[in-house]
Amino acid sequence: MTADSKTQGPVLRLDGITKRFGALVANDAISVSLAPGEVIALLGENGAGKTTLMNILFGHYTADEGTVEVFGQTLPQGNPRAALAAGVGMVHQHFTLADNLSVLENVVLGTQPLWGARLDMAGARAKLVGLAQEFGLAVNPDARLGSLSVGERQRVEILKALYRDARILILDEPTAVLTPQQADALFAALRKMVAQGLSIIFISHKLHEVMAIASRVVVLRHGKMVGEVAIADTDPRALAEMMVGSAITPPELRAATPGPALLELREVMTQDRGTVRGLRGVDLALRAGTITGLAGVSGNGQAALADLIAGLERPSGGEMRVAGAAPANWSVAQALGAGIARIPEDRHKTGTIADFTLTENAILERYRDAPFARRGWLDWRAARDFAQSVIRAYDVRCPGPETRIRLLSGGNMQKLILGRVMEVSPQIILANQPVRGLDIGAITFVQNQLLAARDRGAAVLLISEDLDEILTLSDQIHVMSEGRLSPAFARGTMSAADLGRWMAGEGFERGRDAA
Amino acid sequence: MRLEVIARPSLWRMIGFPAIALALTVVFGSALALLAGANPFQTLGLILRGAAGSQFALLETLNRATPLIFTGLAVAVAFRAKLWNIGAEAQLYAGALMAVLLGTGALGWSPALLLPAMAGAAMLAGALVLLGPALLKTRLGVDEVVTTLLFNFIMLLFISMLLEGPLKDPMGMGWPQSSRLIPDARLPRIVDGLRLHWGFGLALIAAVLVWVIQSRTTLGYEMRAVGQNRQAAEFAGIPVGRVILKTALLSGGLAALAGFSEVAGLRGNLTLDLSPGFGYTGIIVAMLALLNPIGVVISAIFVAGVFVGADSMSRAAGVPTYIANIMLATALLTMVLAIALTRFRVRWD
Amino acid sequence: MGEILEIFLSASFWAAVIRIASPLIFATMGELICERAGVLNLGIEGIMVVGAFAGWMTVYSGGGLWTGVMVAMFAGMLFGLLHGTLTVPFGLSQHVVGLGITLLATASAYFAYRLALPRVTTPPRIEAFQPLPIPILSDIPLIGHALFTQTPLTYLAFVLVGVVSFVLFRTPLGLALRAAGENPAAVAAQGLSVTALRMGAVMVGSGLMAVGGAFLTMSAFNSFFFEMVNGRGWICIALVVFGAWMPGKALLGAVLFGMFDALQIRLQQTSIGADVPYQLFLMMPFVLSILALVIMSRRASVPAALMVPFNKGER
Repeated sequence: MTADSKTQGPVLRLDGITKRFGALVANDAISVSLAPGEVIALLGENGAGKTTLMNILFGHYTADEGTVEVFGQTLPQGNPRAALAAGVGMVHQHFTLADNLSVLENVVLGTQPLWGARLDMAGARAKLVGLAQEFGLAVNPDARLGSLSVGERQRVEILKALYRDARILILDEPTAVLTPQQADALFAALRKMVAQGLSIIFISHKLHEVMAIASRVVVLRHGKMVGEVAIADTDPRALAEMMVGSAITPPELRAATPGPALLELREVMTQDRGTVRGLRGVDLALRAGTITGLAGVSGNGQAALADLIAGLERPSGGEMRVAGAAPANWSVAQALGAGIARIPEDRHKTGTIADFTLTENAILERYRDAPFARRGWLDWRAARDFAQSVIRAYDVRCPGPETRIRLLSGGNMQKLILGRVMEVSPQIILANQPVRGLDIGAITFVQNQLLAARDRGAAVLLISEDLDEILTLSDQIHVMSEGRLSPAFARGTMSAADLGRWMAGEGFERGRDAA
Repeated sequence: MRLEVIARPSLWRMIGFPAIALALTVVFGSALALLAGANPFQTLGLILRGAAGSQFALLETLNRATPLIFTGLAVAVAFRAKLWNIGAEAQLYAGALMAVLLGTGALGWSPALLLPAMAGAAMLAGALVLLGPALLKTRLGVDEVVTTLLFNFIMLLFISMLLEGPLKDPMGMGWPQSSRLIPDARLPRIVDGLRLHWGFGLALIAAVLVWVIQSRTTLGYEMRAVGQNRQAAEFAGIPVGRVILKTALLSGGLAALAGFSEVAGLRGNLTLDLSPGFGYTGIIVAMLALLNPIGVVISAIFVAGVFVGADSMSRAAGVPTYIANIMLATALLTMVLAIALTRFRVRWD
Repeated sequence: MGEILEIFLSASFWAAVIRIASPLIFATMGELICERAGVLNLGIEGIMVVGAFAGWMTVYSGGGLWTGVMVAMFAGMLFGLLHGTLTVPFGLSQHVVGLGITLLATASAYFAYRLALPRVTTPPRIEAFQPLPIPILSDIPLIGHALFTQTPLTYLAFVLVGVVSFVLFRTPLGLALRAAGENPAAVAAQGLSVTALRMGAVMVGSGLMAVGGAFLTMSAFNSFFFEMVNGRGWICIALVVFGAWMPGKALLGAVLFGMFDALQIRLQQTSIGADVPYQLFLMMPFVLSILALVIMSRRASVPAALMVPFNKGER
C-alpha cells in the first residue's frame, strides 16, 4: 500500500467473505482491500472463485458470511443498485448489452428514474461523447449494438460503468476477446482512469497481463485466498505456482514428423450465416503428425471454418479435399465417416445434451451404427459398455454411466467428449477451444491427448483465443481476420505481438502477394 | 429469488410435491363446490361415484378415456421433440372424416380389411394435417403453436361445410351430420354385452408401441435428442428437420386415431360435436403423465373419470360441469410447478 | 366486381372494419407488451373470455360501463399474475403455462356464468357502450362516420397504441422492458429486477387482453355467450408477429384484418356468397393469419430472449 492510501483509507474492503453453493465452498473467508488509484489483480484458475467474489461485491449474490465496505460504508447485501450507487462499476466477461438497442440506449438503461415521464437522450448523449473522448474509447452512440465488433462492445460496456460515475471498476477477464494490441489500448485507457483516481480490480488468469497492469496481486485457489503479493516482489513463475498449487510442468513436446495433407482447402468460401461470418477464400492444409494452430479474435470466421470441417457447412466456392478426394454433399455423416474427430466450442450447448445420461451422450455421434444399433433398434448394453470404457480410459469422474451429464463438471464433460471422439483413432481432429474454462489438471490432460494424437500421426486443428496456448502447442500457425486466413507460420517464427498485428487485419494483402 | 438445480432429488421431493399439487387441486375443487352452494365432500363423493362407482360408470370412464389416450399420446410424442402440436383437435376430425368417407359404404370389404383400412387412412389424414405446420416450421421457421391452433378452427369449418354439403345425411332431418357407418365398419365391443369398444384396446396397444419407439429405437432416441437440445443434435449429425417431420407424422396419426375410434367405436357417424375439446385435453393428459406414454394411459383414465364423474355429479348436485375443466387446468398448472420443484430448490438471496 | 366496389364505398363497411379491429388492438397491444419483455402469453384466448364475461357480468348486475371495463381488466391482471408467477420466477414452460391459463380462464368464466344464470338459454343483453360521434370530424364524408362515430372503447383502443408506442420507445421504463426481452442480464446488471419488469408486463398485458375481451360483450355483441372469443386471441398472437413487435405496424395489421373480416361478412350477402359455402368465408381470417405468419417468417426482429427464462443464479 502507498503512504497516500494509508491516510485516506481503502476505497473498498471485503472482509471475511464466505459463499457456499450446496456442498461447494466457492469463497472461503476472503478479505481484500483496495486503495484509491490502485490496480489490483485477482488471479486464479477457472473455478477458483474470482467471479463469485465479484458477484457478491456487485450484489448479484449474497454472501453467507462477511461484509463489503465501499468508501467506509457497509453495502447492503444482494443489491446491485446499492453497489452502483456507491460507485462500483462492473465490466462483465459476458457483456450485459442488448443487441436490439443503440449504444446510447444501452448506456442509458437503468440510469434514469424508471417511472420518469420521458428519456433524456440529449443530455445522455453529451455525457457519453465526452467520456468517450476523455478516455479514448471511440464509439458511435447511434449504432445498433448488434452491428458492433467484440472490441467495440467492450468499449460500450466500460463506458456504461464510467457513465454511472464509477469510482471502482471491476473488469472480469477483459482481454479474453482482444488482440494483444487492443489489450494494450485497453490498458492505456485503464491507466488514464487510474490517473483520475479510479481504483481497479482486474480479474485474469493471464500472468503477463497481471504483471503489466497491477500493482498488487491477490491469488485465489479452490475458493481460498492463497496469497497476496506486491508485483515488485514476485514474478510470473511464482504467481503460476501460487495459482495452481504446484510447480507447472509444461507439456512435453517431441519434434513433429509432418506427413501428407489429410485435409486441404483451396480458395474456399462459405456464406455468412446471421452473425457467423463466412470464409473468404481460405487456403489450408492439415498435415498428418502436426498441430495447426488457428489464432484470431472471435467472430472473424473461426466458427465458419470449424463448421465446415465438422460437416455442418458446405463450401460455396473453392475446393475442399479430404484424404485426397473432393467430397460430394459434404455433411456431418461424411465428416464422421472420413474419421474427423470434432471437439465443439461449447460443450454445454453443442457437445452434450444436458438431460441425457453419459451413455446416451457417449453414442451421440454413432447411435445409428453397429454395435449400438441394428436396423433401427438400439442396443443399450453395447452403448453402456462403450460409455464404461470411455469413463475408465479417460478418467471421467462420475457416479456411473446412467448419470445425467448435467451433473458433471466442465472438465469431466470435456473428457467424455474427448473419449467419444478419440476412441475410434481419428485421422483428423478439430479441437475448437478445447480447454476453455477448464482447471489446470483437465487442461494438461486434454493437451496431452492432442499431442499424443499428433505423435501417432493425426492432423490436429487447434482453434483458440489463448495465444499462449497456440504458441506452445502448434507446429504451424494461421491467423484469421474477417474471414481470411493468413499464410502458415512455422513454430518459433512469430511472437504474440506479430500474431496480434495479423489478428487486427494487417499483412493480409502482402501475405497474399508473397504466397 | 433464484432456482438452484438439485443434483439428486430426495424421494420426499419426488413424491411430496406432486402429492401437494393434487391436494391443492382437490381443495380448490371443494372451494368451487362450496361457491356453488353444494357440500364439497358430497360433491367430490359424487364425482368419484360417477366415475368409478359402478360397472357402468367405470366403462363409461374407459370409453371417455379412449380418445384422450390417443390425443394424449399425440401430444406426448410431439412435445418430447419440442414440436408444439396444439392441433390434435384438427387431426382428430381429419381421422373421423376418413372413417366416415370409407365406412359409410364406399368400400364393401370385410371388417378384417375395412377397419384397418379406415384406421390407416385416418392416420394418414391426421399426419398430413400436421405435416403442413411442421413443414412451415422446418422450412420457414414459422412457429407451429399458432399455426396448429389456427388449423383447429379451419378444420372445424371445413367439416361443417362438408356436413352441410356433400356429406350431409339425407336421413338426418336437416341436422348437419353424416350418414351412419355400415355395421362392418363399426369397432366391435371387447366383451359382448359390455359397453366398451375395441378402440380402447387399440389405444392401449398404441401406448405400448409409442413407449417401445421412444425407448428402444434410433428414431425415439433422435426425437428425444432433438427435443432436449436441437443444436447438439444438429452437431451430432441427427437430421433434425427430418426427425421433426417424422414426429409430426406420428403425432398427427395418433391424434387422428382418436377421431376414427370415436366414430367407428362409439358414435357411428360424424357430427360437429364429436369432440368436446379432446385435442386440447390431450395436452393436460400428456403433461400430467410427464410425457410418458404408459403414464398417458393412467392420466387419460383419471382425466376421463373427472369429466364423467362431474357430468353425473352436476345432474345430482347442480354444480356446473365446468368444475371438471377448472380442476383439470388447476391440476395441470400445479403439477408443472410441482415437477419443477422436484428438480430445483428455491433460494431467497 | 361492382358489388365489391359498392362495399368499399359504403361508410358502414369502414365503420365495421374499425369495430372489428378494436378488440384485436387491445389484445394485440397486451400480447406485444408481454413479448417485448420476453414472455409469450398463450393465456390470451382464455383471458379474453374472462374479460368478456367479467365486463358483461358487472354491467348485467347493475355496475357502470366503465366499472365493467375496470373489473374486466382487474380479472385479466389476476390471471396475468398467475401466468407471470409460474413463468417468470419459476421459469416454467411458457407454452404449457399459457395453454393451461387459457383452459383455466375459459372454464372459470363458463363456470361463473352457469353459476350466475343456471337455466338461461338465450343470453341476456345489456345496455352497452353507445357510439359517440365526435363533432365536426364525424361529418367528413365516408371516413368521418366510420372513424368518428364509434364507441368510447374504440377511441381508447387507438389512443392506447400511441401510449404503448410512447412508453416503449420514449421512457426509461420502456427501455428497460425492451432490454428485458432482449438480454435480461443487461437489466439485472443495472440493478433493475428482471422479475418485476416481466411480471409487470405480463400483468398489464393480460389486463389489456381482458379489455379486448370486454369489448366484445360491451361494445359489439352486448351479451355473453360461449365460444364468443372464437380464436381471436390466437389471431392477435399472429398480429404481433405480423407487426414485427412494433405497435404501429401491429395496429396496421389489426385494421387490415378488420378489413378482410368485414369484407367476408359482406361478401356472404352478395351474389358471390350465394354460390360459395359460408364456411369458406369464415375460414378466411384464420387462413390470412397463417399467411401473415408465413410472409413475416423471414424477419429476424423477434426479441432475442422471448421464451427464455432468466434465473440470476445460473452460472
